[in-house]
Amino acid sequence: MADEWEPKILGLVCNWCSYAGADLAGSARTQYPPDIRIVRVMCTGRLDPLFILKAFTDGADGVLVSGCHFGDCHYLEGNYKAAKRMFMLKSLLKNIGLEDKRMRMTFVSASEGAKWATVVQDVINTVKTLGPNPLKELQV
Amino acid sequence: MAEKKAKKTTKKQEAPKMATEKKPAAKPRVGVFICHCGTNIAGSIDIEALQEYAKSLPDVAFADNYQYMCSTPGQNKVMDAIKEHDLNGVVVAACTPRLHEPTFRTASKEGGLNPFRFEMANIREQNSWVHMHDRKGATDKAKDAVRIAVAKAALLEDLFPKSVPVEKAAMVVGAGIAGMQAALDLANAGIKTYLVEKEPTIGGRMSQLDKTFPTLDCSQCILTPKMVDVGRAENIELMTYSEVENVEGYIGNFDVTIRKKARGVLTPAEAEAKGIVGGGCNGCGDCDEVCPVIKPNTFEMGMKPRKAIYIQHPQVVPLIYTVDFDTCVKCGLCVEACGDKKAIDLEMQDEFVTVKVGTAILATGYDIFEIEKKDEWGYKKYENVITSLEFERLICASGPTGGHLVRPSDGETPKKIAFLLCAGSRDNTGVGKPYCSRFCCMYSLKHAHQIIEKIPGATPYLFYMDIRSFGKMYEEFYYRIQDEGARFIRGRVANVLEDPVTKNLKVMADDTLLDRPMNLEVDMVVLAAAVQPTRQADPVRKLFGVSCSQDGWLLEAHPKLNPCGTTTAGVYLAGVCQGPKDIPDTVASAEGAASAASIPIHKGEVELEPYFAQCREEICAGCGMCVNLCPYSALALVEKEGRKVMEVTEAKCKGCGTCGGFCPGGAIYMQHFTTPQIVAQIDAFLLGGEE
Repeated sequence: MADEWEPKILGLVCNWCSYAGADLAGSARTQYPPDIRIVRVMCTGRLDPLFILKAFTDGADGVLVSGCHFGDCHYLEGNYKAAKRMFMLKSLLKNIGLEDKRMRMTFVSASEGAKWATVVQDVINTVKTLGPNPLKELQV
Repeated sequence: MAEKKAKKTTKKQEAPKMATEKKPAAKPRVGVFICHCGTNIAGSIDIEALQEYAKSLPDVAFADNYQYMCSTPGQNKVMDAIKEHDLNGVVVAACTPRLHEPTFRTASKEGGLNPFRFEMANIREQNSWVHMHDRKGATDKAKDAVRIAVAKAALLEDLFPKSVPVEKAAMVVGAGIAGMQAALDLANAGIKTYLVEKEPTIGGRMSQLDKTFPTLDCSQCILTPKMVDVGRAENIELMTYSEVENVEGYIGNFDVTIRKKARGVLTPAEAEAKGIVGGGCNGCGDCDEVCPVIKPNTFEMGMKPRKAIYIQHPQVVPLIYTVDFDTCVKCGLCVEACGDKKAIDLEMQDEFVTVKVGTAILATGYDIFEIEKKDEWGYKKYENVITSLEFERLICASGPTGGHLVRPSDGETPKKIAFLLCAGSRDNTGVGKPYCSRFCCMYSLKHAHQIIEKIPGATPYLFYMDIRSFGKMYEEFYYRIQDEGARFIRGRVANVLEDPVTKNLKVMADDTLLDRPMNLEVDMVVLAAAVQPTRQADPVRKLFGVSCSQDGWLLEAHPKLNPCGTTTAGVYLAGVCQGPKDIPDTVASAEGAASAASIPIHKGEVELEPYFAQCREEICAGCGMCVNLCPYSALALVEKEGRKVMEVTEAKCKGCGTCGGFCPGGAIYMQHFTTPQIVAQIDAFLLGGEE
C-alpha cells in the first residue's frame, strides 16, 4: 500500500459552501484519503479556466472545482458562470488530448460534510484509474 | 450626521491607493506559527517535522509552534515575532480560517502589521481531523498546506476595510411569535422596524394553539397582548398580507422591495389619504354577512367556513377584512353593505414599496409535513385520523366546535384516542423527516391531559419511541400526565385500519416493552406530524443570500457560537425557520436575533472586507464584458483620457471575483485573491514540493 502512486489533486473551492462543507466533514471526523490540497477563493466565479490549465501544465493529476448549489450562491450566480466556464474548459481539455474526467466540478453545500468526503473519494478513485497526468512525461 | 460619515469614509478610502500600481515590494519575510490544538492537530501531524520544513521554505524568516495558538500567549508569540523578526507576512497553521482568521488578523494588527498580511493554513478541519490514522499522509499534506499559504502570504498586500454608514432601520420577515418578539425588541431599542407578514394577520402558528405546555397557559391569552403591542408600537411599521419581492445591497444598506398584495379593503388611514373622511375598515363584519362565497378557513385547518371577504379569527391584528380575490365573484354586495365607510375596493392592485434597512431578521416559521405521504396511518383516507394542529383547533374554545372534541365522521365525542408520536419525524425511510421535531412529545402530553380533563372517562393512548421531555418543568409534566392515567405504549404504529361501519380505527403496533404485538380499537387517531420549513422560506432565504441545511432549515453562521447570525452579514435568524423549537426557545432565539441585529445599527457603521475588484486601467480594453457579469451592478464603463475603461463602485462590490475570473485581458485585479496570488498557490503545491 505504502508505495502505491498517490495522485496530486488540486481543489479549488468557494469560501461559503464547499470550504464550509469540507470543514464540516472535519468536525464530524469523516475520514477520506489525504490526496487533495485546497486553495480557497471567495466564489467559484473567481476561477479563470487558465488557473486549471496552469495546474495541469504544472503536473496536477486532477482538479476539483466545488461551489454552492445552483440558486444558493452567496453571490447570486457566480457558480452558474463558473459551471459554464468549466463546461467550456472540459471540451478544451478533450481537444488537447487530456482526459476531461481529470477535471470535475461539483456542488457541495455548507451542510454537506459527508457529501464532501464522498466527492473527494470519488475524484481520487477516478484519477487513480486514469493514472498520472500525461503532460508530466512530455515536460521531461 | 450621515453626510459627515460619508465624508469620513471617502477619506479613509483615499489614503492608500495601492492596488492598481505595484510598487516594488519589500523582500517577503514570512513567519509561520504552527498550532498543536492540544492533540487535535498534534495527534495526527508531526509538528516538529512541519516546523523544520517551514523553516526551509524560501520566504520564511521565522517558524514557531505552540500548544494553543489562539490563546493569549499564542497570540503574543505572533505579535512579538512580527517586531523581533521584522515580518511582513504571517501564516498560522491551525484550524479553519472560518473560525480564527479574525483572531489572528487582530493579533497581526496589534503586532504592527496590516491585518490582511495574514494567511491561514487549515491543518485541522481539512487535515488532522479527516486523516486521523494516517500520520505520514497528514504531515505531508500539512507541509503542502503551509507551503501554499506561505506562497500566498509572500504576495499579500496592505488592504484597508471600507466603513459604510448603517441605516437606522431593520426588517423582520414573518410575524409569528418569533418575528413579533424580535420586532418588539428592536422597536423598544429605538429602531424603526418593518414587520412583514404574508398572512392578513400577525400571530403565526402560536395563535392556532389552544394551551401551551407545561404551564397550560392559554396560548391566545399570552399571545394577544403581544399582538396588540406590535399593532400599537410606534417604531413598528406593520406590513401584513405582504411578501418580500426583492433584496439588494449589503449590511447597513439593504434595499428591500415588498409586494403589498391587493387586500381589497382600505384601512382608516388609507381611506383618509384618499379623502374618505371617517371611512376605512373598522372590522364591523357587515360585508362578511352578505358575501355569498363560502370557502374553508385555513386558520381553522379548513374545518370552519369563511367568506371571500374575511378575517381569520376574532383577535386578528390589524382588524381589517381581506378580500380573497382568487374566489371573489365581484358581485359587489359587500361594497353596498359597507356603505359610507367606502372601505372596499374590488379593483385594488398589488403595490410595491421599497424600504432601506440596515439589518434583517428572517422568522419564516414552519409548516406541518404532508403526513398523508405516510399512507399507513390513513390521514385523508379515514375521517377520524386527524393531525395535532387540527386537534388544537377542535379542543380550542374559539375553534370550529367551540372546544368540544368530536369525531369528524359522526360528531360523537371520542372516548379512546390514540396519539401517534414521531409521525413523520425520526423517519429514515426517505418518506418522512430524519430529524426530531422537538415539540411533539410535549404537546401530545398536553393533549392527553386535555382529554382527561374535558371528557370524563376518556383514555389517551400515546404510541411513542421515547418521550423527550427536556425543558424546564417538562419531565415533571410527563410524570403528572402518567399519574393522570394516560397510557404509554413504546412502539411505532405499523398500520391504522378503519372499520367501515363504525368508522373506528384499529391501531396495530409492537409494544416493545412487553415484546408483544397489539391491536387496539380507538375512536380517533391524532398524528403528531413532523414540522418542516414553510414553502415561502426558500425564496426568501435565496433573496437574502442565506444557505439552508439538507432539510431546508435556514443555516446559521455557526451552530454553537453564532446561532442567530448567517453567513450574509446583517441577516439574522429567529425561531423555527432555523430548526424545530418550542415557544420558550423560539422567543429566546428571537431576542438573541434582535440583539444581534441591533448591534450594527447602534454602532452606526460597519467595515466591509476590502476584497474589491480594481481595474488596471493601463491594460483595460474597455470591452465591457465584466459590466454584464457583475450581479451587483458595481462595474461601469467610463470615459477616461479619451478611451473607455471600467470603473468599480467599491460600496457595491462584494468581492466575488466573477469579473476577475473572466476578464480576457487580465485587467481586473481582485484584491486579496489576485491572479498572481492564486497562481503562486497552485505553483507552490505542484512545483514547490519535495520529491
